[in-house]
Amino acid sequence: MLTVNHVRARVVEVVRETAHATTVLLRPNGAWRGFVPGQHVQFGVEVDGTRKIRCFSVSSSRTRRDGLFAVSVKAHPDGYVSQFLHNELRPKTLVYLSQAEGDFVLPDPVPDFLLLISGGSGITPLMSMLRTFRDTGHSGRVVFLHYARSRADEMFTDELDQIASSGPSTRVLRVYTREPAAGAELVGRFDAGHLEYLGIDPARTPTYVCGPAGLIATVNDLYDKLGATEQLRTEYFKVPAIDLDAADATGTLTFEKSATVVDNSGATILEQAETAGLTPEFGCRMGVCNTCAIRKNHGAVRHVVSGEVSANTDETIKICVNVPVGDVNVAL
Amino acid sequence: MPKKHAPIEPLSAVNHNEAPKPLVSEDADKRSTIGLEYMTYEQLEEFGQELDEVRQRVLNDIGQADANYIRRVIKVQRSFEVLGRVGLFFPFFWPVFLLGLAFLALSKIIENMEIGHNVMHGQYDWMNDPMVDGKRYEWDIVAPAEDWKRSHNYVHHTYTNIHGMDRDIGYDLFRVDEGQPWYPRHRFNLPIAFMLMLVFEWGVMHHGVERSDYLSGKISKAEFEAQKKRAWRKIRRQVFKDYLLFPALAVPLIPLTSWWVPLAVLGGNVVANVIRNVWSFNVIFCGHFPADVQTFTEEEAQNETRGQWYLRQLLGSANISGTRLFHLMTGNLSHQIEHHIFPDIPARRYPEVAKDVRRLVEKYGLPYNTGRLSKQVLSVAQQLAVFAKKPADPYQCGNSPESKALREAQQAAAAHADVPVPERSAS
Repeated sequence: MLTVNHVRARVVEVVRETAHATTVLLRPNGAWRGFVPGQHVQFGVEVDGTRKIRCFSVSSSRTRRDGLFAVSVKAHPDGYVSQFLHNELRPKTLVYLSQAEGDFVLPDPVPDFLLLISGGSGITPLMSMLRTFRDTGHSGRVVFLHYARSRADEMFTDELDQIASSGPSTRVLRVYTREPAAGAELVGRFDAGHLEYLGIDPARTPTYVCGPAGLIATVNDLYDKLGATEQLRTEYFKVPAIDLDAADATGTLTFEKSATVVDNSGATILEQAETAGLTPEFGCRMGVCNTCAIRKNHGAVRHVVSGEVSANTDETIKICVNVPVGDVNVAL
Repeated sequence: MPKKHAPIEPLSAVNHNEAPKPLVSEDADKRSTIGLEYMTYEQLEEFGQELDEVRQRVLNDIGQADANYIRRVIKVQRSFEVLGRVGLFFPFFWPVFLLGLAFLALSKIIENMEIGHNVMHGQYDWMNDPMVDGKRYEWDIVAPAEDWKRSHNYVHHTYTNIHGMDRDIGYDLFRVDEGQPWYPRHRFNLPIAFMLMLVFEWGVMHHGVERSDYLSGKISKAEFEAQKKRAWRKIRRQVFKDYLLFPALAVPLIPLTSWWVPLAVLGGNVVANVIRNVWSFNVIFCGHFPADVQTFTEEEAQNETRGQWYLRQLLGSANISGTRLFHLMTGNLSHQIEHHIFPDIPARRYPEVAKDVRRLVEKYGLPYNTGRLSKQVLSVAQQLAVFAKKPADPYQCGNSPESKALREAQQAAAAHADVPVPERSAS
């Protein structure tokens, strides 16, 4: 098998971080060009013959000497791949990767004062940054503000404790929103008061936020109000919204290559593309000839014959017999 | 210049599960007559549903075993190719050379039939593995994948054995069916078929460049030029690889051996390609040209139901019986009937599907055309010989005054109808 240009990795270890979160330690092949803390990687694993691909953040330190790196994932209740990783992935499994991607990375040189905010599993890219600071002896001031439901639900708890007590330059503050710790400095969800308490002026503090949409929206609004938007960098991963019971078509259909976005009309993707004035290749229009097969970048589609819903990232679909379910992005 | 044919207009895929009709009549109430000699419309409906159930059952079962199978086949084929290429460098030791030749021919046969053909049908797209992605795969033959997929996957597999639509009926070269008009060149059906057998890959390539469709206005000039360009690019690639690169790699052996070693490597490549040509020609001609395979008219097929579509595939194809190894070597196209019914199901499943197809054949009293390779090849040869003879009916001769008068009358009628003929959009 020619793998010269293909990034592959063997699973070295699967660590259960919490009841729902997993870290996968990987040994990449020679095609891997490394990563910058904050980046993610497309992670493909074969389940029953089918390669399933998802995006996961790198969580390990950049300075590892053994060439290994790790991704960390919180198992989504409906997430096929994240569940598989958490429950079934075994060491020595071969996984298919992309190069590290994403521009949620720190500038070089790293600013002297930095605010990192994360919620839930959004901690993963920031954890890679924190670990790299620790291992490189970074001397600038860093404040890490993390929101988790409870201490039991928090990933990397022991390591965060260590980093918190390692020195004055890094301040680690965790807020447990559902089960606050006794005598906690801060409680509740993120608000302007939390930054005031920490003595942070958003307008003068480069800030990195990763987490659920709600947290990002709140931070965004606050920075917008204070005119500090240019200090803010955000990142969240979207889980495809599968709306099986929707009688009416919802969401938008994006034709990536032609930069066209239309409201999902409920018709097949081929029909919708043609309505939008595109001329995709097609043949039989009944799911036989495969002429119309294209890449679906992300989103869920339903096969009009079998009714099967498929929500894989980056997979080939026949657009003549698939209708979008919610937001879909295809390479057309 | 008036256009002779309207372009092929597939039906929309909306409501696919209700009424997939590849050919639509102007008269929406008209019903297709396919299969009425065997079944009632109700039975045809039921037949279609039963096959849909078989399809769903197999699809539900597809998984790791199928992925492992195709990867194993690819591994074996690649090892054969390496062994073949290495063996051909030993022409001064003929047993090794002949073994190399055999391995290279085998590797090309497996690559074309079990891997290339089947992968390009999208049979393994569900694996989401770029190595077996029907969209990206390019096979080891002078025909470019893209044009082959159009003429084979789309035209041939959708409009199977419909006169005037499926260009695979006799490949525009032979008369293999009574419904084709006879022309004097068909007298040479057999010798031309023999020659095509030796250079079959070039025939497949030529077939993908749709000159007749361009001349009759079914495809645009731009599309026709693009087809030619792709064909030339693929020819250059194949000729460079087989006939220049590998012979050239044998040049350094000259001082150690003899001057003719690169020529022997070249000869080995030519022969391996010819062996592959002979094999695939025979398998493919046995798929649709043996006696009793049925063909259809556009009229009959218009407004056909899913059941009738399935039945047309069954009646229009023929199987070859044999061992498991034989089926592998044919890319399971020895199960041509099952392949035509479910072209996008992994071919290794066809023997299993065949059991259900035979069950339904029994149930409805349908014909099922199968036989040993020798029987089917002989049948094809007989057909080629029979239809080479000039028919007594002048309307069956394309060049008779009667046929010409009929065509002129039809064209005049079409001109009066004043139906605008839309251009097929370039894809």
